[in-house]
Parts: sequence; C-alpha cells; structure tokens
Amino acid sequence: MSVSSTARPPAPSASTSASTPAPRPSRGRRDDLVPALGFTAPSMLGLALFTAVPIGMSLVMSFYSWPIIGERSVRGVGNYVDLLTSPQFRRVVLNTVLFTVLYLPLNLLVSLGIALWVASVRRGRQALRVIFFIPVVTPIVANVLVWRMIYTPGGALDGLAQSAGVDAPNFLGDPRWAMASLVLMSVWQGFGYNMLVFSAALDGIPASINEAASLDGVSAWSRLRHITLPMISPSMFFASTMTLITTFQVFAQPYLLTGGGPGVATETLVLFVYRQGFASFALGSAAAAAWVLFALILLVTAVQFAGQKKWVNYDV
Amino acid sequence: MSELASPRPTVLPVAGPVDGRPERGRPRGTVRHAVSAVLLWLVAGLFLLPLVYTVATSLKPASEVFSVPPTLVGSELRWSNYVDALTYLPFQRFILNGVFVATAGTLITLVTASLSAYAFSRLRWRGRDALFGVFLVTLMIPQEILVVPMFSLMQTFGWVDTYRALIFPWAFTAFGVFLLRQFFLTVPQELSDAAVIDGAGKFRTFWSVMLPLARPSLAVLAVFTFIQYWNSFLWPLVITNTIEDKGTVPLGLSLFFSQQGSQWNLVMAASVVSMVPTVLLLLVLRRHLVSGIATAGLGGR
Repeated sequence: MSVSSTARPPAPSASTSASTPAPRPSRGRRDDLVPALGFTAPSMLGLALFTAVPIGMSLVMSFYSWPIIGERSVRGVGNYVDLLTSPQFRRVVLNTVLFTVLYLPLNLLVSLGIALWVASVRRGRQALRVIFFIPVVTPIVANVLVWRMIYTPGGALDGLAQSAGVDAPNFLGDPRWAMASLVLMSVWQGFGYNMLVFSAALDGIPASINEAASLDGVSAWSRLRHITLPMISPSMFFASTMTLITTFQVFAQPYLLTGGGPGVATETLVLFVYRQGFASFALGSAAAAAWVLFALILLVTAVQFAGQKKWVNYDV
Repeated sequence: MSELASPRPTVLPVAGPVDGRPERGRPRGTVRHAVSAVLLWLVAGLFLLPLVYTVATSLKPASEVFSVPPTLVGSELRWSNYVDALTYLPFQRFILNGVFVATAGTLITLVTASLSAYAFSRLRWRGRDALFGVFLVTLMIPQEILVVPMFSLMQTFGWVDTYRALIFPWAFTAFGVFLLRQFFLTVPQELSDAAVIDGAGKFRTFWSVMLPLARPSLAVLAVFTFIQYWNSFLWPLVITNTIEDKGTVPLGLSLFFSQQGSQWNLVMAASVVSMVPTVLLLLVLRRHLVSGIATAGLGGR
C-alpha cells in the first residue's frame, strides 16, 4: 500500500511518516479529485513536459543519426553497436565503474566515521557539521579549480614535497595518479552530504539504548556493531544507493581537473556523453551513451535493492 | 583518539572533574573525550585547509602564488586581485544572471511543489498513491541523462541560449513535492478541520494554515534549490552560447579559467566570490541542517 516503501527506501529517521500512507483526511466519502487535480496540475504538466517527454525523445534519438543541425536518419541499433564495439567507449565505461568502486566505499567510510566522531563530542557538533558540509554547497567548478591549483605541477602539493626534498608525482598528468587524484578530490567535496544523513540518523537513536548497554558492560565496539550500525542501516542503504546513482554521473571533476586525460585515463560516461553531443554534435550517439549509463545505474540499483534484505533493518 | 595522548586538562574545553565538583564521572573517559574533540577539530582544520589556501592565494601577488615552501600569507594582501578578477570578464553580469535564474527557479519550485504536496498529503482522491508513485520514480532519473534530449526540446521551443531554458527544465522535480509532503503529513488533522469549520475552502486552508506552518521546510527546500541552481554547471554549459551575456557564475568561472588559467591568484579570487553566497546560505540554514535532513525527508527521499 505504501508508495514510499516500495518505490523508495523509507526515510531513515522519519521512517514512520515515510512508510505510512497519507492519512485519509476528509470525513465522509467525499472524493477531492477535482481540487486535487487543480493543485497538482502545475507539477504534473512540468514533469510531463520536462521529464517524460525528454525520456521518450531520448529513446527515439538513440536510434537515429541525429546531428545538432542537419538531416536526421534512422540508424536502428547502429549507435549502440558502434558504442559497444568501440574500445574507447568500453574504456570510458570501465573508468566510470572504477571511479565508482573507489569513490563509493571511501565516501561511506569517511562520512560514517566523521558522523560517529562528531556525534561523540559534547560541544560544537553543529559547527563541525557545518564545516564538513561546506564543499557540498560551494560551486563544484570552484572546488575543482581549488584542487587543480593544489595538484598542478609546481602547485601546493608539489611545493610541499619540494620543501621536504621529495619529488612529487604529476598528480593529474600521470595515468597512475590521475584517477586517484580525482577520487580524493571528490571525497573531500562530497562526503559532507552523507555525513549529515548519518548524523540525522544517529541523532534519532534513543540515548537510553546505548546507556543501558553501557551499564550492562557492553564494550564501545560491540555497541557500535550490534546497536548503532543496525539502527542506522536504513540510512546506510539510502546513502549508498543515492551516492551510487550520483557517482556514476561524475562530470565536472574530470571535465575541469584532467579533461578526461591523460589520454582517456579519466574520461567518464557523462563527459563522453557531453563531448559526443556537444563537441562532436552527434546527439543520437550521445543519447545512446546516456541510455547505457542509465542501464548501468538501474542494474546496480536493482542489485542493491535485492541485497538490502540481508543487512538493512527496518524494524527498529 | 588515542588514550595514550598526554592529557592536558587545563586547555580542555569540556567540563569535567576539573571544576572541583565531586562528579561520579570517570576521569579517564573525560580526558579521552577531550583529546578526541581536540583531534576532531584538527581534522576539521585540515579539511578546511584547501579553502583557507584558496582565500590566501586570492590575496597574493602573482609572483608569490607557488612559493616553495608553500605559504599562506604573501608579502602583501593584494585586495586589487578581486577587482582585476571581477572586471576582466563581466562577473557582475554572471552574478546577476545567477541570482535571477536561481531565484526564479526557486520560486517556481516552491509554488508548484507546495501545491501538489498539499494534494498528495491532505486531500483524498482516486489514484493519489499511484500518481505519487510515478512522481517518486522520476526522482530516480538522473538529470545528466536528460541533457541531450532536453537540448533538442529547447531547440524545438527556440529556447537555446535563453534564461527560460536555464530556469524551467529543472523547476519541476518531484524532490520538493516529496519533501513538503513529508512535512504536511505531520500536521495534526484538527488544524485543517478547524479551518474548514470556520468556512475556509481547500485553497484557503492550504494558504492560511498549512503554508505558514511549513515555513522551516520551505526554507530548507528554498536554500537547497537555490544552491542547486547557483552551482549548476553541465546544463548551462550545454544551453548557453553567449556566456558573456547569459552565463551564470560557474560558466563564467570556467571561462575565466580557460583564458587566465595561469593567473591562479585571480582564478582563486573569482572562486571565492562564487563560493561566498552559498556559504552564507549554509550559515543561515545551519540550525535546520540536520533536523531538515531528518524530518523533511532529505535523508530519506
């Protein structure tokens, strides 16, 4: 019955309100269909025009040769075949998966660690949370430029290494370092969001539970493993799912930090879509690449949902 | 967090046995807590270092940007860097464009999202839950996937390189609907019943009873929407041709970098300018940050 619990993970902290259906407000058997349509009309029209229509168009376009200007012609599955047989595109998919595999666990680990740490101090929690949240709200372009200055040869890291008498690697130009540099920068800028999600969940755990366990002599580590983590597991599921979806779409970091290079070492799917569409002007091929990205996201999300029964605890 | 770190009770910011009261507290635990807090603030400082370095670089003379060893303060505080950075490209224009686009997008989002959130939470009608399910599914569709067809749609409308194209396509996300619905569900039914008894219609109840109550949630939604518009990069990059005319701040920043990339002090000055409004908004919202994510459903959308 509940829409929220089937289509989406229930809200971790507000799970009661999220998983229960809306109350039946009006007394009697009156149906408010007509006013409801009035209230929802602007959103529905907007979503239809700017979400449903583009999705349909995108599917159509992916089967066409669709230059930005000029003749369009049906290509059938030609765009997909070209992409999937192209070594460059396969490398791009691989890069995207690699970035995600490196970024996601790091992000979750750091955000959970910092959230737990902040929750354990007695004063200044709010200030600390605001501090770690800053790069989440500052423009990604500015964040990336800051790190470009830090990474660039002769830049801050290089300068530190030189004054220590060490040779710093070329963080952005060396294929062995470029991806790691991208991941590190992204974790710095992005983990604050999940930290807040976890903080909200941690604040929702009744203090009495941990106090009782503590009085019973349960060690801090056991309390973390057997009380805290299970109680925030819905948040962890939510955070990992949403972060996964957004991680697959990384764009500004490779675009401005490495330009996808060196070579194609850090070219990701959305960067590829952008270049295919708006540098090579092949919108059909770009749409097809976007569908490959979408398929990838759906696949991984489905795996996540299938696996959640094993570790996500909604009963607390 | 090491228990072995030498305890220095005199500088510790937490109350403990130090104040002389014979508390039942465990001194070892108190010291450990204090050390842990100090370490955490050190981590926070380290975390902020790139931003501190950004501000510091923005005030240095060009020749001192990459000194070895790296320093935070140059031989002078060159405030004129900001003037140089902001006048080389029409940055005022980018800021005005950004404020305009973000404000318009936020207003549309607030109006449409609160209207339908009300219908999805307080009205009873056939197909409500099914339709809300459709709304939720659209949350799963990443903006990046829609960029290519959206561009084509804008071509069809003749909207390429317009403010309309920057504002409208992303003003109807289901996210705001979900967030506000979560809040409206928590409002006691008696309140709207009282309004109905007083003769208020549905819209009147929505406008005079529900909306004022939802102010904190609306504030959270407004700030996040504004910041999203302000920071948006991929879509403006795709749809804007005349950056000097219609460009927003991230576009201007990226253009500035491609033209003046070696002038790091100026690039950083421009970056600082782009960051300031978002940090100010964050400070405005700070009290509602965690509670907003918890109760309004940001954490559970």
